[in-house]
Amino acid sequence: MTHALARMTRTVLTARETAIVLAVLLVIVATTVKNPLFVFSPDGTRDLLLAPSLLVLLAIGQTVVLVTRNVDLSVGSVMGLSAYLTGRLFIDAPHLPTIAVMALGVLLGCLLGLVNGALVALAKVPALVITLGTLYAYRGFNVLWTGSDRINSSDMPHGFLELGTGRLLGVPYLALLAAVVLVVVAWFLSNARSGRQLYAIGSAPDAAELYGLPTTRRVLTAFLLGGALAGLAGVLYAARYGTVSSQAGSGYELEAIGAAVIGGVAIFGGSGTVWGAACGAVLLVTINRALPVLGVQEFWQQAVVGALIIGAIVLDRVLATRQTRRLTVMGDDER
Amino acid sequence: MMRSTMSQGAGPLAGPPMLVMRGVTKSFGPVTALRSGTITLEQGSIHALIGENGAGKSTMVKIIAGLYQRDGGVLELRGEPVDFSGTAAAKAAGIAVIYQEPTLFPDLTVAENIFMGRQPRGRLLRIDRRAMGREARALFERLGVRIDPGRRARGISIADQQVIEIAKAISADARVLVMDEPTAALSGTEVERLFAVARALRDEGRAILFISHRFDEIFSLCDTVTVMRDGAYVSTSPVAGTTVDELVRAMVGREVSDLFPKEEAEIGETLLRVTGLTRAGVFDDVSFEVRTGEIVGLGGLVGAGRSEVARALFGVDRYDSGAVQLGGSPIPPASPEAAMRAGIGFVPEDRRHQGLVMGMGVSGNVTLALRRRLARFGILTRAAEHAVAQQWAARLDVRTAALDTDVATLSGGNQQKVVLAKWLARSPRLLVVDEPTRGIDVGTKAEVHRIITRLAAQGVGILMISSELPELLGMSDRVVVMHEGHVTAVLDRAQATPESVMRAATGQVAA
Repeated sequence: MTHALARMTRTVLTARETAIVLAVLLVIVATTVKNPLFVFSPDGTRDLLLAPSLLVLLAIGQTVVLVTRNVDLSVGSVMGLSAYLTGRLFIDAPHLPTIAVMALGVLLGCLLGLVNGALVALAKVPALVITLGTLYAYRGFNVLWTGSDRINSSDMPHGFLELGTGRLLGVPYLALLAAVVLVVVAWFLSNARSGRQLYAIGSAPDAAELYGLPTTRRVLTAFLLGGALAGLAGVLYAARYGTVSSQAGSGYELEAIGAAVIGGVAIFGGSGTVWGAACGAVLLVTINRALPVLGVQEFWQQAVVGALIIGAIVLDRVLATRQTRRLTVMGDDER
Repeated sequence: MMRSTMSQGAGPLAGPPMLVMRGVTKSFGPVTALRSGTITLEQGSIHALIGENGAGKSTMVKIIAGLYQRDGGVLELRGEPVDFSGTAAAKAAGIAVIYQEPTLFPDLTVAENIFMGRQPRGRLLRIDRRAMGREARALFERLGVRIDPGRRARGISIADQQVIEIAKAISADARVLVMDEPTAALSGTEVERLFAVARALRDEGRAILFISHRFDEIFSLCDTVTVMRDGAYVSTSPVAGTTVDELVRAMVGREVSDLFPKEEAEIGETLLRVTGLTRAGVFDDVSFEVRTGEIVGLGGLVGAGRSEVARALFGVDRYDSGAVQLGGSPIPPASPEAAMRAGIGFVPEDRRHQGLVMGMGVSGNVTLALRRRLARFGILTRAAEHAVAQQWAARLDVRTAALDTDVATLSGGNQQKVVLAKWLARSPRLLVVDEPTRGIDVGTKAEVHRIITRLAAQGVGILMISSELPELLGMSDRVVVMHEGHVTAVLDRAQATPESVMRAATGQVAA
């Protein structure tokens, strides 16, 4: 019993998530010392949880794709299209219930994700190339459709906007929603047979093929799920910010990948958790908000984020090498 | 000649054959890979499938595995005709294939590797990890091995990986097990363990198809042997009623009078002198010599440190102390470039990854070590490359459609000839060859041996690492045997017998 407890303690202490949570706390404390309003103001506590919510959703979707040894660069563009569709529907179809509008926004994300997945899984073209293409194509379509038009908060119902900023027992709705998605996807990835197959496919694609795993279907599903979450993030983007232009969501794709990598998701697939990716997203957003408060110049803000990503990858590399050596030695001892 | 004295087991059981393949054909575009694949796997039998590379064995395996779909012919499982649409269908029908290359998922645990897609589930269809670990442990107990089911598959030894593959097959209750050269990377004790498992599975009534290039293994393990040649069936016979010579004849379709055409060479001055070479934990105080025109065999079990010594003296790896001299002058450590300049050539063990540049043509690979010499004013012309490559391809009889053909598409034997050509084009004084004929078919093997002997006859010193005893004994003028990083014996050709080498290789130096 004590053994199990000790083992659990060690697992918790050595987990990537623990390190990130500590880093987040450190950033918050340091920033609050400098400017107490960072936390101690009505908006301060709310923003701590609200600000990272959208990126958390995207990082979860990105992780599902990354573990299969693929990548989805188009999530920012998908998010933008779905945000614009949401606003457009409120204007053009005022009788549609809010929930239906939201569902259509998510559905659009599914559809665009499916296009990515089909091109990658069926046409066997590397995801990096395909989604780089759809990153521009989806954005181009967005610009074509939107033009210089812009959706404003006055175009959207009050109840919908309330979703973007409101709170339940002090916790923003958006954060609650992100947490629910996080728990569900985490459960799926670690406890469902098909979830484990995603890891298997990313860990060794050729072996998965020889093993007879339904690789095509699983990769398609991963992109579908990634697209759905990007679509959901797009809908919530509209609710949160109240304005949607043709550039909504651009740049989010790299932040989502960065968050996942910081959270310990292997860029070459096979390992990493959505918990880690979500923690990575929170750290990334919190640092981005804290640096201006701390008086750091804009250039250095970007450099800090870059250093964080590189640091995470180097750390992974070092840990992996150490672990491989340890495992190999263990294997030798057994003989 | 190498007939085993071990029992051949109970032999095939009665009942319908487990798997029948009759006249199966398969073509890829204009290339016919299999003209008539024919084999009958009985229940409770270990059936060897042999043939030169390109004989169609792996095509047959891939058709059985469901990876390829046959063009014509009959495939039956327990008397019923079957068609596999993919690997999943073949698996569902009870067929498990253990490939030469490991097919585990390195990031997942051992238990997950065994049960992927079939994990035991509890409430809410949630994977029951505890039950999975329990079942995995039970499987390993049955196989008589100790592997932690909870560890990740990354870094597991090849031998254990194969055991895991077998556990996978048993847990899926596979009735047909195909093992494609499973022993290629195993040491003696690991091979014995694998064979014990295979025999136990046979006794349970499963059918095992065993593909190997090693005759001693076939004679000690299998009860029936089928020979393929040029994509077509040649013969099937009980192992007890055949000999190595007969099998070799059937495989090559011609008489191979002598597998090891040893030519008399004039052995001269000391060429290579290795003294006290040491690398902590890898090899210790290794000393030996190679004279001009001499073939020195480096024998020992896998893991004895032979390849590591070879890599160190060629400068690929560093060493802690000791010295390497060639023709009296010292070779600086850790510099392959210096070793090459001094006249050493190195044909590595893993030709696909270390010997060749895949994706590059034959001529590019042949001239790789010669580029600086061929280039004029720093510019390398295709014509100059082709001229050299043409000459060496012809001399070594490299069979390729064109000099531009990607080396990845060549057979193993032809690839090895390309690696040899690369070094011969530099006219080396000493050639180090590490497992020169691993995974190469019998016919080409003899050609590689002939190339090596001829080189020695021209005065080149040869250091040859080989795990195949017949090759080691047949080719070498002298055999240096290593055991766990130490040289345990240096034997002259006359003294080197399978017994004396094995004794030294296992550390039981002549009492």
